[in-house]
Order: sequence, then structure tokens, then C-alpha cells
Amino acid sequence: MDMVKSEKLIYEYARHDDEGNIIGMNRAIDEVDIHVSPGDFVAILGHNGSGKSTLAKHINAILVPTGGTMWVNGRDTKDPEELWNVRQSAGMVFQNPDNQIIGTVVEEDVGFGLENLGVPTEEIWKRVEDSLKAVGMIQYRTNSPNKLSGGQKQRVAIAGVIAMAPQCIVLDEPTAMLDPNGRKEVIRTIQELRKRKNVTVILITHYMDEVIDADKVYVMDSGHIVMSGTPKEIFSQVEELKRYRLDVPQVTMLAEELRKRGLDIPKGIIRTEELVEALCRLN
Amino acid sequence: MSIKLENINYIYNPGTVYEKHALKDINLTIEQGEFVGVIGHTGSGKSTLIQHLNGLIKATSGNFYYDGKDVYSPGYNMKELRTQVGLVFQYPEHQLFEVDVLTDVCFGPKNQGLPKEECEKRAKEALQLVGFPEKYYTQSPFELSGGQKRRVAIAGVLAMRPKVLVLDEPTAGLDPKGRDEILDQIAYLHKQADLTVILVSHSMEDIAKYVERIVVVNDGEKMFDASPREVFSHYKELEKVGLAAPQVTYIMHALKEKGMDVPLGATTIEEAADAIMRSFHD
Repeated sequence: MDMVKSEKLIYEYARHDDEGNIIGMNRAIDEVDIHVSPGDFVAILGHNGSGKSTLAKHINAILVPTGGTMWVNGRDTKDPEELWNVRQSAGMVFQNPDNQIIGTVVEEDVGFGLENLGVPTEEIWKRVEDSLKAVGMIQYRTNSPNKLSGGQKQRVAIAGVIAMAPQCIVLDEPTAMLDPNGRKEVIRTIQELRKRKNVTVILITHYMDEVIDADKVYVMDSGHIVMSGTPKEIFSQVEELKRYRLDVPQVTMLAEELRKRGLDIPKGIIRTEELVEALCRLN
Repeated sequence: MSIKLENINYIYNPGTVYEKHALKDINLTIEQGEFVGVIGHTGSGKSTLIQHLNGLIKATSGNFYYDGKDVYSPGYNMKELRTQVGLVFQYPEHQLFEVDVLTDVCFGPKNQGLPKEECEKRAKEALQLVGFPEKYYTQSPFELSGGQKRRVAIAGVLAMRPKVLVLDEPTAGLDPKGRDEILDQIAYLHKQADLTVILVSHSMEDIAKYVERIVVVNDGEKMFDASPREVFSHYKELEKVGLAAPQVTYIMHALKEKGMDVPLGATTIEEAADAIMRSFHD
């Protein structure tokens, strides 16, 4: 069974004028089909306004489809009876770490969701400790989140989600506001979680180099899925990606430039080692 | 015009338990027409530093000269400084508030006390400079896309006709195309209008592509102040303070390690491609 599956998913919302009258409908998502297998790492790319965040919000039922269906862990997100099960299955991490931290002490913040679920206190402490270890923040458990760096705050936010033991985590541009170190921390944490907990990861990002380890990449444009494939397949189509206002990793760009200048380098290079190897073979 | 900071210190909440020495003896001179990048990890003091440049905060000690005049001397015209040095904050679109785009961009010049026609003239000029399409002038700024909103916000600062433009992460959260468009526009302004540009960014690739000089701030101190080539050659030290070099710098080092005869200074794709091609032709 797919962890996340959508079939002809449509999301429409009404546009209003100053008086509040409906003046038209906008279709943010237009008949989208996605499949995410358990344990997979799936990336969603797309320019601002392409619909990727709207799609992500369907995965934990912040939004429900106005047409078509979204299933998370086999449950239809439209079914109000399943709402809590859906949210238990898929946790979400957002862009701005300051908007999702509420506790005054790190461990309290991580335990907040569990407390709301009515988990027994002992179990809460166990899970909080386990989650903080998983994101490498255990030594900060009694610190104030205020004093943490952006990357550390995001790791605390991720721990808060992990503590609820979801099978799937959706991260909506979790590194957009972070410095290079913060970005590395968060990406490393995601990789670590996949290894330790075999959790399904859906990552939305504008940084092309963050998706090279993904099992599958979807590219969105005006509410449609316009490309899908492995990172290698996607990034070998430089011109097409540019048409969708996207980019390729710098190493892919350099390989492309060298090929244009006549060097015999294969397409679809996405890692530094691959380019170095290709060049050494020519040398 | 030139900016000169001499032994600038800034201490947040002095004398309390929250005291923080955010800037330590900073010396920095920026000449007219320079394009300078400022990098540093979150909390390094770079935002504190740039807030000094238009007098938003005043140094705890040290001197600041703008165009040769002592900004901290009594009677200095702070309002004048603030029109000459335009500061674009992070996520500037959060500061949009007017009913339509043109009125929003007029806000700055209006506060400078200019007549309505002049305000509109400058606002239109500024919107043109950032490449904002005229057909949307009467639209609400809240109905625009992220990239367009940001252009309007930058135009709002340009409408005051500053000589220096300071931008704090102008491309955070934008898609790659939006990022290139905004930075290309800023580079164009820098050339066309002889604007001094100070760019704060977390993207080493962007910094390498656009700026002529990089100032690295770490723990409140100036760590490096040199060309991108020179600064990124210290990539190991940069990593220690939470920064990095552009990906191409790492590629060149990896090639060198494998025994290829390439120079290590490349910081952009162009430079790297040139260097690799040369090593094949030699």
C-alpha cells in the first residue's frame, strides 16, 4: 500500500471582491496523481505559486480536496472520522522555525503534541528523549528555544513531529531561512531519521542540491505535476527545468557547460564525485 | 559618498544579564559604487552591523562617517542619512500595507515631504527599475506573487533615491528564477545608477556570482575582507564558523586532489569551466 496516494486531486478556492462576493474560482491543484511508497524520500520542486505547498497541506489534511481523493496510509483525508488518524500518520514541518515553537524549554516543546494526545506522562518523557536523540539535540533538552540557532530550532521542530511517531513527515521548505550550516544540519537530520526510523520523507525545497538523494522527484507547475523521475532523470533536463523557473545543482550546471564546450561528459551528473570521475577519465 | 566605520562596538542590553557584545571593534570602509557581500552565520552580528549603516541603531562606542561627516556628532541630519542609505529588510513584502502598488511605493518619498506629482514620478521610476509591469500598478500588493511583492518592496526603498542600497537576504524563499531575476536587477542598478550595494546572503553561490568584495562577520568580529577568490580559498576556516564555499570551489579542490592540474581560485561556474578547459588544452 502507498504511504501517500492521490488520484485526480483538485483544490479550488473562491476569489472574493471587496464586498466579499465570489468573483471567480482559482484552481491551485489540477488533477494531480502522486504515489509515495513507505520509507521513500520524495522531493517536490516548483516555483513560487506552483501549488506545491497547497499539495503538501493535503497530506495531513490541513486542506481537503475539492475534487478527487487523497489517501494517507490508506485513509481518505476527506473523511472527518479519519482526520486524527491522518494527522497521526503524517506530521508537518514548516519554513519558519519561530512560528512553530511554543514551549519555553526544548523538552516541553517537543512533548507538547503528545500531551495534547493524552499520552501518559512516563511515555511522553520516553518519546521526548528518544526524539531529541534522533535529531541530535538531547544536550539542549533543558535550554530555552530562544537561544538556539535557526538550524537547531528546526531540529527541535522536527523532534516535536517525530515524537508523535508518524510514518511520514512532510517538510515545507524547512531550510529556506537557514544559514549554510543550519541547512546542512537539517538535511543530515532528515537522512539520519530515514536510517533510524525508516520514516517516509516528503521534502519541498528551492535548493536543488538538497534533493539529489531523493528516490523520486516531482516537479509542479501551475497546479500540475509536469515532471517526475529520479534526480538523475530530472536534472539531466536542464532547459526544461529552467522553463519551470527552476535550476539544477551547480555541479550539474558545470558539467553541462563543459559538455557545451566540447568535453565528452555524460548527462545527468548530480554529484561532485561523478564529475570528478568523468573528468579524470578524460584526462 | 563613502561609508567609514571606525572601531565600532555594539552591546545589546548593557549592564543586564542579557548583555551581549554583538560587534567588536569593527573597522570598515566602503567606497561609492562598490558591490559588497556580507556573510556570517545566524547570530554572527551581520544584521546588527548593517543596521548601523542607516542609523537604525547607534554604536555603543566608535565612529561612523558618512560622506566624510561624523554621523554621531550633535546636530547631524539623521533623516538625510536614512534617505541616502536605503535598507531592505528580510522578507520586505511583510511591510507592504497600502491599497495599491503605486501608493505603497509612494510612501517613502511622501514622507520625505515631496509633492504628490514628484512622489508618483519617483515611484514609477523605481518600479521600472525593478522591472515591475505597469499594468499591475493599481493592483493590491497582497494579490501579487512572492517575487513580485518583493520587487514592490525594493522599489519602495529605491523611490527615495538612495545612494547606498543595503539588502538583507533579498532572495530568501524565492524560487531559483525569482532569485536570479532579483539579483540581476540589483546588479543592473549597481551598474546603471552607480549605486553602492551591500548584499547580505546565506547563499555562497549568489555571493560568488555577484559581488566584488566579501566581508565575513563571525562572533561580532570582521574575520575576512577581500575578493571572493581570496575569501573562499579559506573554505576550511569558513566551514568552522558555519559557512561554506560555493559548490564549484569544492569541485576544483576535488579535481586537484585527483591530480588534475587546475587552479583552485574559481568561485563561479564560468571561471571553473574556463580553468578546466585550459587544463585540457595545455
